[in-house]
Amino acid sequence: MNIVVLVKQVPDTETERKLDPADSTVDRAASDGVINELDEYAIEEALRLKEKHGGEVTILTVGPEQATDSIRKALSMGADKAVHVCDDALAGSDALQTAYAIAQTLGTLEYDLVILGSESTDARTGVVGAALAEYLGLPQLTLANKVDVDGTSVKIQRQTDDGYQVVEATLPAVISVVEKINEPRYPSFKLIMAAKKKPVTKLSIAEAGIDADKVGLANATTQVVDFAPAPPRTAGTVVKDEGNGGVLIADFLASKKFV
Amino acid sequence: MSVTRLMPSQETADLVELVREVASRELAPHVAEAEETERFPREAFRTLGKLGILGLPYPEEYGGGGQPYEVYLQVLEEIGAVWASVGVGVSVHVLSCYALAVYGTEAQRQRWLPDLLSGDLLGAYCLSEPHAGSDPAAMTTRARRDGDHYILDGVKAWITHGGQADFYTVMARTSDDRSHGISCFLVPADTPGLSADRPERKMGLTGSHTTMLRFDGVRIPAHQRIGAEGQGLSIALSALDSGRLGIAAVATGLAQAALDTAVDYARQREAFGKPIIEHQGLAFLLADMAAAVETARAATLRAARLKDCGLPYSTEASIAKLVATDNAMRVTTDAVQVLSGYGYTRDFPVERYMREAKVMQIFEGTNQIQRMIIGRHLARGATGSTVVVAS
Ligand SMILES: Cc1cc2nc3c(=O)[nH]c(=O)nc-3n(C[C@H](O)[C@H](O)[C@H](O)COP(=O)(O)OP(=O)(O)OC[C@H]3O[C@@H](n4cnc5c(N)ncnc54)[C@H](O)[C@@H]3O)c2cc1C
Ligand SMILES: Cc1cc2nc3c(=O)[nH]c(=O)nc-3n(C[C@H](O)[C@H](O)[C@H](O)COP(=O)(O)OP(=O)(O)OC[C@H]3O[C@@H](n4cnc5c(N)ncnc54)[C@H](O)[C@@H]3O)c2cc1C
Repeated sequence: MNIVVLVKQVPDTETERKLDPADSTVDRAASDGVINELDEYAIEEALRLKEKHGGEVTILTVGPEQATDSIRKALSMGADKAVHVCDDALAGSDALQTAYAIAQTLGTLEYDLVILGSESTDARTGVVGAALAEYLGLPQLTLANKVDVDGTSVKIQRQTDDGYQVVEATLPAVISVVEKINEPRYPSFKLIMAAKKKPVTKLSIAEAGIDADKVGLANATTQVVDFAPAPPRTAGTVVKDEGNGGVLIADFLASKKFV
Repeated sequence: MSVTRLMPSQETADLVELVREVASRELAPHVAEAEETERFPREAFRTLGKLGILGLPYPEEYGGGGQPYEVYLQVLEEIGAVWASVGVGVSVHVLSCYALAVYGTEAQRQRWLPDLLSGDLLGAYCLSEPHAGSDPAAMTTRARRDGDHYILDGVKAWITHGGQADFYTVMARTSDDRSHGISCFLVPADTPGLSADRPERKMGLTGSHTTMLRFDGVRIPAHQRIGAEGQGLSIALSALDSGRLGIAAVATGLAQAALDTAVDYARQREAFGKPIIEHQGLAFLLADMAAAVETARAATLRAARLKDCGLPYSTEASIAKLVATDNAMRVTTDAVQVLSGYGYTRDFPVERYMREAKVMQIFEGTNQIQRMIIGRHLARGATGSTVVVAS
């Protein structure tokens, strides 16, 4: 079974993240790039499915030159090869355009399953999986916390606020995962060394079959109109207990509509 | 850790990043608890074993990482900065594999080394005895030949990983010749007659267990002797040359951790209306600490590079061990001074760092012994002035 895992490089959430005031895009030079956290869970799930059913795991990334760092890390977790769509024309693409670009690139690959994170930590639209399935005309199984493949069908547990739903589809399909699904492995030094020899195919948009008129900031379907940094945290309200502390706390919670 | 490292390749740079990530996520959360309760963190070694750290400087053909000491020691420093007991443990494990890797026959290496380097097993190195520390040739533990076997009797002291290790590299007396009467043996932990006392109650490094190890008619096949009969002491001392570099690296990491803690604190803590780091008297103390840490690192990596090029490095290893551990003692003591009242409490890690630094001046040859080695080398007039091209 061949699996493609979508991996996005995002700014490290442990460092300060900024938007570029000039064009309202993410300032990628301002912080270290890391694999979007949920994508590590997607990679882990793909590796486990491969260990069970055989086949190959391919990493697919749409992103700038420095995304190679994240691709290397993904390969050193155990993936077999990678495709990196890297083209200046993609800069500023929004979620729909990214999904389009990924769909076109997948057209050049053979796969039974596409696994991705349910949401990125930077743009956080959570839209790519759904949009991608639409473009590909494939079933989408979202928010999976468990995946089972059986012959030509796949069954997942779809996480909800109060439990889970069981959703089933035929292959090929698109699955997005949540962090409950597994515990991603660390690379090892041997795998780091092995990753050096694994093939990474770099594609321009033309090579990936992506239409230049459909990607990039100028053609984006969404537009960032304005942005502002989150306001600094204000000091909390201190309730002094002079016998009526309980009442004051209840009043406070009521004023915030918690009770 | 606030250190810029120059690594020889992308892969080794990735390895250092990985070790930082694993150390901060998987090791750091357990340090205070394990040290406080004197719990040996066996799982930490499994985690590092899976990454390939426990065999890093040994050849790939036996399952090692095939990396030079320059790389291994920088990885070890990263571990030491987060958890000294675990850093020392890794160094002792690597030390315990040295005899087999360097002096074992091809058959012996093929038979045991892959297991020792796999990351699943943990080793110990047994030289010291209750009455023979600095002077190991005074040892009395005996290995008596009995047909195809040796029978070991005696007591080893201060054994790191005693009672926890899966195998022991043991020096024992096969004749009365003081220094040429000692031989080296590989002893699996489950060999009958081998037992460990309860761990010593130490001042620091409490997560690492140090025990007496008793040999009571321990019978081992003669093919588990490493090297020739009588070669044991020179094997042991050669192993210590590389082991000292491991201790120097751990001490450097420990000192770096103390420095980082002190600088963080000094930038936040205010006295007389400004951060204490802006009082020159304190900034100079911190500057000396930073210089001491860098000096330790430089001395350690210099000796490593000599070793990696196959040049003599024994004197430089002693210098590195001496400088790195004396500096760690001073830096950790000064870190307590920077945090002052808070530093003296067990709510901050610096008092523990100070207790951990102390033992590094003692084991793998006390710092008096290091000076003795360096002095002897100078007395021999043996300082070379070779210029070679690093390979
Ligand atoms: C204000 C703002 C500024 C932005 N600036 C930029 C910018 O300068 N440059 C830029 O490239 N993007 C930028 N983006 C992000 C971009 O617009 C898309 O949002 C993004 O590429 C995909 O959407 P997402 O991250 O919300 O995906 P989600 O739907 O939240 O992600 C779900 C999953 O989709 C997969 N995925 C998403 N994107 C990729 C990808 N590129 N390659 C492979 N897999 C992927 C991953 O598996 C991920 O876990 C910006 C977004 C915003 C809101
Ligand atoms: C926590 C810990 C872990 C250890 N782990 C191991 C281990 O895994 N394996 C192992 O084999 N050993 C181990 N040791 C033993 C350690 O190597 C010895 O403690 C050390 O070599 C010193 O020996 P000693 O304690 O017997 O001191 P002694 O040799 O009795 O020395 C006492 C003092 O005299 C000084 N002295 C001795 N001779 C001279 C001289 N010629 N000139 C000047 N000064 C001298 C010493 O520097 C020291 O200050 C460990 C020790 C400790 C504390």
